Amino acid sequence: MHRGSMIRTIRLGFKSLMLHKLRSALTMLGILFGVSSVIAMLSIGEGASYEAQERIKALGSNNIILESRKPPDDNNQQEQSAWRAQDYGLTYEDAELISETLPAVKVVIPIREIPKRVRYSETIVPTIVLGTVPGYSEVTGVKIKEGRFLSWIDLRRKRNVAVIGSEIARKLFRLENPLNKNIRIGKEIFRVVGQLAEPDRGNTGKAADRMRQGIFVPLSSAISFFGELIVKTSAGSREMERVQLHRIKVQVTGNDEVLGTGAAIRKIMADKHKKKDFAVIVPLELLRQAEDTKRIFNIVLGSIAGISLLVGGIGIMNVMLATVTERTREIGIRRALGAKRRHIIAQFLVETVVLSCMGGILGILLGVSIPAVVEWYSNITTIVSPAFPILAFGISAGVGILFGLYPAWRAAQMDPVEALRHE
Amino acid sequence: MEPGGKGCEDPGEEGVETRASMPAPHFQPAEQDPPPVREELVRLDKVKRIYRMGENIVRALDGVDLSIRRGQYWSIIGRSGSGKSTLLNVLGCLDRPSSGEYYLGGTNVSELDDDALSEIRGQRIGFIFQSFNLIPQLTVLENLEVPLFYQEHEPKVAKERAERYADRVGLKDRLHHRPNELSGGQQQRVAIARALMNEPLILLADEATGNLDSKTEMEILTLLDELHEEGMTVIMVTHSDKVADRAGHKLELRDGKILQITHHKKEDL
Repeated sequence: MHRGSMIRTIRLGFKSLMLHKLRSALTMLGILFGVSSVIAMLSIGEGASYEAQERIKALGSNNIILESRKPPDDNNQQEQSAWRAQDYGLTYEDAELISETLPAVKVVIPIREIPKRVRYSETIVPTIVLGTVPGYSEVTGVKIKEGRFLSWIDLRRKRNVAVIGSEIARKLFRLENPLNKNIRIGKEIFRVVGQLAEPDRGNTGKAADRMRQGIFVPLSSAISFFGELIVKTSAGSREMERVQLHRIKVQVTGNDEVLGTGAAIRKIMADKHKKKDFAVIVPLELLRQAEDTKRIFNIVLGSIAGISLLVGGIGIMNVMLATVTERTREIGIRRALGAKRRHIIAQFLVETVVLSCMGGILGILLGVSIPAVVEWYSNITTIVSPAFPILAFGISAGVGILFGLYPAWRAAQMDPVEALRHE
Repeated sequence: MEPGGKGCEDPGEEGVETRASMPAPHFQPAEQDPPPVREELVRLDKVKRIYRMGENIVRALDGVDLSIRRGQYWSIIGRSGSGKSTLLNVLGCLDRPSSGEYYLGGTNVSELDDDALSEIRGQRIGFIFQSFNLIPQLTVLENLEVPLFYQEHEPKVAKERAERYADRVGLKDRLHHRPNELSGGQQQRVAIARALMNEPLILLADEATGNLDSKTEMEILTLLDELHEEGMTVIMVTHSDKVADRAGHKLELRDGKILQITHHKKEDL
């Protein structure tokens, strides 16, 4: 069939479909919803997995993170006495041990977190003071907006200098330049030497949160100024705990070393901390898990979408079989006038494909707008990759061909004499 | 026949292969002087068409021999069940004989496959039916273009020809109407124009006036007479003696057999 007659066959297909507008529209709905659900589900799934992966990547795929965890209650009421501090978590010794015994370890960053209030002039803002070392900025990739990050001299001399988070800077200083201003953290005076840049908007991880809300001071200064006892007061009760380090970030030399080093750290820590007052987080592991989850997610979503397309396809087939029966006489006339079987197949197949492709196009429009609406209302990240509409359109055309083939074949197999006699 | 055509070796394929080299079929008198003996267009040799309906065997055609020459006007008459429609279906290549041979324009079409038969119908045969059989969703123009569509003619050629034949049957001003906007007589005229579109070898009319009132019937029969006078070979099935007698040659069928053939017109034998 040459191009001209193909175009005419398509036009004829449109014309026949327009004869039964409601029937065609209802048939199209099946494909429309199938295709739009494919796109919407893929977009939402892709968005969710992107967000998870970004959060994990923000932790650093070369990093291993150790966190202090309050050990599970040992049911000893006396232990929970208000006047006795609970001792748990990561220690300076752990940091040193990891740094010295594991060859693949490049940098070890100990972090101590103390909730405090910070004051500048008349403004008081609650914050978290992070006592750490200069390497922190490289390992976590924080960016300096103004001034500098902590230096080794700050650390060695236990200087009272601070690098403040982007949001803290805005709250405390408004339009003023915070550099070299003195702020009061608890009872101590610190000089601001740097201000961090705002992390990416989409980055909602813990590290990004610290970059906004935290104040970074040398670990040595934090210990000497604020001591090791942390008192948390909440709703009339007071809780005291003694934690040396809240987190240790370990950077490993290469990506290949991450999993092995992670396992080694778990082993060392399990031996040293019988209380299980720690957690080892390997972002790379999480990333792999997230990828696995995504795969399962895609299979589940794909099956659901596939079923809805299947239902749509069966709907099309049903309608086309009815159409073929209804137009038996037309088939007979066309055969009498010289149509070969393949012409009849083409005619009905084109009709089905036109129907399903129109459903597909409308489905794409709906499918692309659903993620936009979801994003607008619920703040969930969605990603519509250009591949989705193409895939969805391909599937709808495929469904049209697959489910149109049988009715078209039936039409073509009719005996012209019988078909002409059909009332 | 094309020299060296592969049809020479294979009689089964001969028809398909040589069709393209056939003289272009048209119903106008040939440009050359008419041959002393008219060319045989249709020849049936002991054609049988047997249906099996459950346990029963129906012999719709039971050994029909027939020869029809170019430019003749035939009527086939018989009671219902006499096999006249079956004969017309076989002549129109819509149906294949169960046995016997059918030559159309020198081609043995009784053994051709479905595609080849479709091609023969599209190129050599014009059908006119009792119930007009126009495609309702298409306009007159589009209905006329259908046969040429399957011959893959250029749309321009098809349109020109459609206008010419619509004019010939007096419906040039109805080209953009749909069949349901036309009277029965007009619809049958469209059907006749459509049958002429492929410039066929023979025009087959199956009770072409069966659904029309007597005035319209006369108009249609006159149109067929005119076409015959212009040189077209016409074969008409009817159950009316009055209609049948207009044709030069009348074939009476009974129980699938030829009862008698009457030649009213001897000069075109």
